[in-house]
Amino acid sequence: MTTTADIHEPTFLAGDEFSIPTFRLLKQDGTLFDGARAPDLEHDKALAIYHAMVATRVLDERMLAAQRQGRLSFYMQCTGEEAAVVGATAALDDADMIMAQYREQGALVYRGFTFDEFMNQLFGNELDYGKGRQMPIHYGSRKLHYMTISSPLGTQIPQATGYAYGQKLAGDGKCTTVFFGEGAASEGDFHAALNMAAVHEVPVIFFCRNNGYAISTPSIEQFAADGVAPRAFGYRMHVIRVDGNDILAVYSATQEARRIAVENNKPVLIEAMSYRLAAHSSSDDPSGYRSKKEEEAWREKDPILRMQRWLIDLGWWNDDEEKALQESLRREVLETMKRAEKRPPPPLDSLVTDVYADVTPELQRQLDALKTHIRQYPDAYPKGARSLDPDVRAGDDVAAKGGE
Amino acid sequence: MPTKNMLQAINNALDIAMGEDDKVLCFGEDVGSFGGVFRATSHLQEKYGRARCFNTPLVEQGIIGFANGLAAQGSVPVAEIQFADYIFPAFDQIVNETAKFRYRSGDLFNVGGLTIRAPYGGGIAGGLYHSQSPEAYFTHTPGLKVVIPRDPYQAKGLLLAAIRDPDPVIFFEPKRLYRASVGEVPEEDYQLPLGEAEVTKEGTDVTLVGWGAQMEVIDRAVELAEKDGISCEVIDLRSLLPWDQDSVAESVFKTGRLVVTHEAPRTGGFAGEIAAVVQERCFLYLESPIARVTGMDTPFPLTLEKEYLADHLKIVEAIRATVNF
Repeated sequence: MTTTADIHEPTFLAGDEFSIPTFRLLKQDGTLFDGARAPDLEHDKALAIYHAMVATRVLDERMLAAQRQGRLSFYMQCTGEEAAVVGATAALDDADMIMAQYREQGALVYRGFTFDEFMNQLFGNELDYGKGRQMPIHYGSRKLHYMTISSPLGTQIPQATGYAYGQKLAGDGKCTTVFFGEGAASEGDFHAALNMAAVHEVPVIFFCRNNGYAISTPSIEQFAADGVAPRAFGYRMHVIRVDGNDILAVYSATQEARRIAVENNKPVLIEAMSYRLAAHSSSDDPSGYRSKKEEEAWREKDPILRMQRWLIDLGWWNDDEEKALQESLRREVLETMKRAEKRPPPPLDSLVTDVYADVTPELQRQLDALKTHIRQYPDAYPKGARSLDPDVRAGDDVAAKGGE
Repeated sequence: MPTKNMLQAINNALDIAMGEDDKVLCFGEDVGSFGGVFRATSHLQEKYGRARCFNTPLVEQGIIGFANGLAAQGSVPVAEIQFADYIFPAFDQIVNETAKFRYRSGDLFNVGGLTIRAPYGGGIAGGLYHSQSPEAYFTHTPGLKVVIPRDPYQAKGLLLAAIRDPDPVIFFEPKRLYRASVGEVPEEDYQLPLGEAEVTKEGTDVTLVGWGAQMEVIDRAVELAEKDGISCEVIDLRSLLPWDQDSVAESVFKTGRLVVTHEAPRTGGFAGEIAAVVQERCFLYLESPIARVTGMDTPFPLTLEKEYLADHLKIVEAIRATVNF
């Protein structure tokens, strides 16, 4: 419904009428801005958040190195955006749904996805919940309420609106948070999602990680507007812009957004301003499209360092603890990586399962023909052949399947 | 003659087309100063300016809708979709708009200037969403042309023909061969005909039909088959829509046997169309059932990609079975 006053001159609005401020609590030196009040964050929770941010950073560093060594086909880092992802996740109920894009491993770390679970997906071994079907970083966890990642951009945004509408009908007091980048927000799916969420009063939080780049495309070539936030007005939706490198601001904003979503059944848009410090992926080289100087300026705004300083000021953290944490995380990453690398691939039958609930007769015929072919040329298909050979299979240390 | 890889050949074709005609524009995600994620549009922005070679926002339906409008206006857009797997948000614009623009207006308006480029295909550890071969969705759409090159020479000549063709063309590029396929490519402007297949090897016992990256796989299979004394005729279809029925039928009249191969899943794949036409036209000449060697009826896998692919060993087995029927 449109309800506005009449005018009798052709007076246009230019789109510059709204200026959206940025919510910030923590300065880079770890102290609060004047007049800023830290959210209620008790000692254990603060340390859990910090631990998840550091663990994400260490995982990313080691796995990129593993990719460079040729042990892994592909990798994507969350580096620079840990506060945005972990801070938002920490402000949710652990049973709220998360639909992520592909750079939100910090959310999983916070919710307790183990390094073994990460590694099994990264190496696509037989314990990977996704059965070795997707590229590295396409995690999913039913028990942690984290929807399996899909590569096509923006598709998860309207799905989140639908999922959250179902949660509202179920009346379980849960909501859905959907992460996406400022590039994906250009997809038609973004607009469909926000409009439907506002019309149907859906408890969904749209969390935009504005990290400055969509692969090589800077945000200035992505939209003419002041970021993504002003679009919320067009759908009549609550919106806040937050410093994405400020863990306290992200946590506090998401906590309030969740309250609005769950108590009032209103969708909320959060635009977290940050920077993708790493390349888009291991296949990308940012030196072709941005300067070292620009990267350095953002490196100084490191969200982990900012939180660490705050924790040290509070007396909740010290250098020895930092050193011990870094060392234990590195060791754990290496150990779990070695374990996952050695595990066998998923069995050949997994080629045809899950296409439908039941394997169709035609797919069964295709699988049978493939098995006959592989028996004829076992050396050409080592992964497939090993799962046809009962002697090899019997030697495997087959642990209980996760499937969660 | 200079040698180029397929990316260089494509870049060269775009350069020639833009240099010759101010109306030619290249755009898509990361296509501008960066030159595309595969670098197919390298240096085009430098050379022709930001107005004619540019980044678009990340919205495929927007890219093709915009391109349809540009083409209707009389420009010659060459729109890039970063991966064929990501063409589907633009499916409505392509199937309901691009393909039907001329027909529905009684030829008052058309988007014949449009060319859509998209890298396709597997064998690069790309999993579900960086490996698909979606050609059959588009061959089922009258009004489109669908073209797929097999090597750098073909890529340049076919792309230049596609850009200048009076109808909209979807140009699928075999990304596995982008850098792997290297060959002689003339510097000068040339075109290769759309809608015409090419017999790349003559033979008498069996006809093999494929396109794009599958041609290299066929060649490896043929090498093995010929060691068994089987004489193979190989046809690169090059254009899938419209496709060169005469060349394939003529070959099957001679050999009496046909093996068709593609990476895409079997059911509803383009091999089915070829088999149907060949049995209509060559029924009394066929010595054995027409064989299809294709991907399986599943999404594209990752860990078991090697097992899934329609590789040279599966093709050579199909050749043997066809000949020994």
